[in-house]
Amino acid sequence: MENKNIKLMQGNEACVEGALTAGMRFFAGYPITPSTEIAEISSLRLPKVGGKFLQMEDEIAGIAATIGASLTGLKSMTATSGPGFSLKQENIGYASIAEIPCVIVNVQRGGPSTGLPTSPAQGDIMQAKWGTHGDHPVIALSPSSVRETFDLTIKAFNYAEKYRMPVMLLTDEVIGHMREKIEIPTADEIEIIDRVKPESGLDKYNPYEVNEGELVPKMASYGEGYRFHVTGLVHDETGFPSNDSNVAGNLLDRLMKKIDNNIEDISLYEEYRIDDAETIIIAYGSTARSAKSAVDMAREEGLKVGLFRPMTIWPFLDKQITDVAKKADNIIVAEMNLGQYVNEVERVGNKYANISKCCKANGELITPDEILAKIKEV
Amino acid sequence: MSNQYEMRLSGSGGQGLILGGIILAESALNDGKNAVQSQSYGPEARGGASKAEVIISDNNINYPKVRDCDMLLSLTQIACDKYIDSLKKDGVLIIDNSVAAPERDDIKIYSLPIIEIATEKIGKPMVANIVALAVINQITKITSNESLEKAVLKRVPRGTEEININALKEGYKLAEVNE
Repeated sequence: MENKNIKLMQGNEACVEGALTAGMRFFAGYPITPSTEIAEISSLRLPKVGGKFLQMEDEIAGIAATIGASLTGLKSMTATSGPGFSLKQENIGYASIAEIPCVIVNVQRGGPSTGLPTSPAQGDIMQAKWGTHGDHPVIALSPSSVRETFDLTIKAFNYAEKYRMPVMLLTDEVIGHMREKIEIPTADEIEIIDRVKPESGLDKYNPYEVNEGELVPKMASYGEGYRFHVTGLVHDETGFPSNDSNVAGNLLDRLMKKIDNNIEDISLYEEYRIDDAETIIIAYGSTARSAKSAVDMAREEGLKVGLFRPMTIWPFLDKQITDVAKKADNIIVAEMNLGQYVNEVERVGNKYANISKCCKANGELITPDEILAKIKEV
Repeated sequence: MSNQYEMRLSGSGGQGLILGGIILAESALNDGKNAVQSQSYGPEARGGASKAEVIISDNNINYPKVRDCDMLLSLTQIACDKYIDSLKKDGVLIIDNSVAAPERDDIKIYSLPIIEIATEKIGKPMVANIVALAVINQITKITSNESLEKAVLKRVPRGTEEININALKEGYKLAEVNE
């Protein structure tokens, strides 16, 4: 332990450490349980690295300031929980169409409304996908451990910068608040991606122009001399609004292709003991920890059970889940809501496997025993 | 999974049990083991029954919550009454001597003047949590005393190191006499 950087750390703390490692230099938000430690620790750490922390008047202002800071070239993040996530939806859409990199952390708690402030949930899976209106690209990642919170926060920044879009980290109260052992990786073990800046002169810059075969426009920073227009309206390559149906069609097509053409780069998952599995559990976030325990318990009883754990929630892992469905006789989706991710699993897996759910939304983490009971039932 | 040891530290809000849980978990890390620490938030955090949970294992710890525990510490009657049913058969119960021992003959009960020692011998009732950690460690041998001392010194406020080391020593003595 002397030579390695091993610590006892809380999930929310690991999120901030990951963000700082990724290069976060701006945080704006409004504290809300169970995400508050992220704002608190950011406020302590950012000034020491030359960054800025702003506590705003509400969650809407929190994401608005985050978007604004990103336009000046800073890697920016905001953090919240369910009620604040609802408020941020409009500006998530804005960041999507205006192509502004930022990270939105949602430490999920029981809902709807103010719901269960101090209890875990995974009820915002569909909101992450469809919470803001209109078709738009979505990347949402969900960690299952403190170390993975560190890793996926870095990934979230990398995807945000690489694809110029908002990226969501969907963690939950259990992962956010629990403390466990984390070995902080060394700098040479970590990949950091920065946005691509324009090479063209100040007078030639078109903020939304892409070269043939490219999908992501180069991004200038406000304050460096480039003058450009940013809007939530459909816009052409100059950044100014357009009503032209070709412009609108092409813009949406390009926004979606940022995800669709890079799906392999964004697909993160873990497979556990699935090679000979007849029943495969699909679980993510804290629930996946219970599922892993349940798999081990089932295996001890001689049952052929495995776990597929998506770390990328959106885009949906169509290919991998289809393969899992073809491999297994039974799939059990365990999640702390009344059935959200399972609907997508059914969409791709229904014709290959018998799909059932192990759901709970009463503020308690699903237990390994509950999943084991479901395994024996199917 | 068999070497996984699950502990629940209970008492009332303000007794420093969450800090105690963190220190125990860090002590286990110092020994090269895995540990997970969690707690309940909300109304329970102030007054009433408060608890911190720690799991220590040589292997990976998946499900992070403590269900039935191997060791229960209760510094108040309310906490003991609330959590006694969660203590496993053959488990270890450590209670402050102000708490009435429960009627269970399937567990090992240690009733010790933890709060009294902190208040009268050390002169600081707030170090009852550190006295309790020494007691827990002495009875369960869950982490090494060296690691525990290191973990305590890392977490306590500067200037209070000596008081806390004394609290550890008194705790060890207390548990030794009653072993």
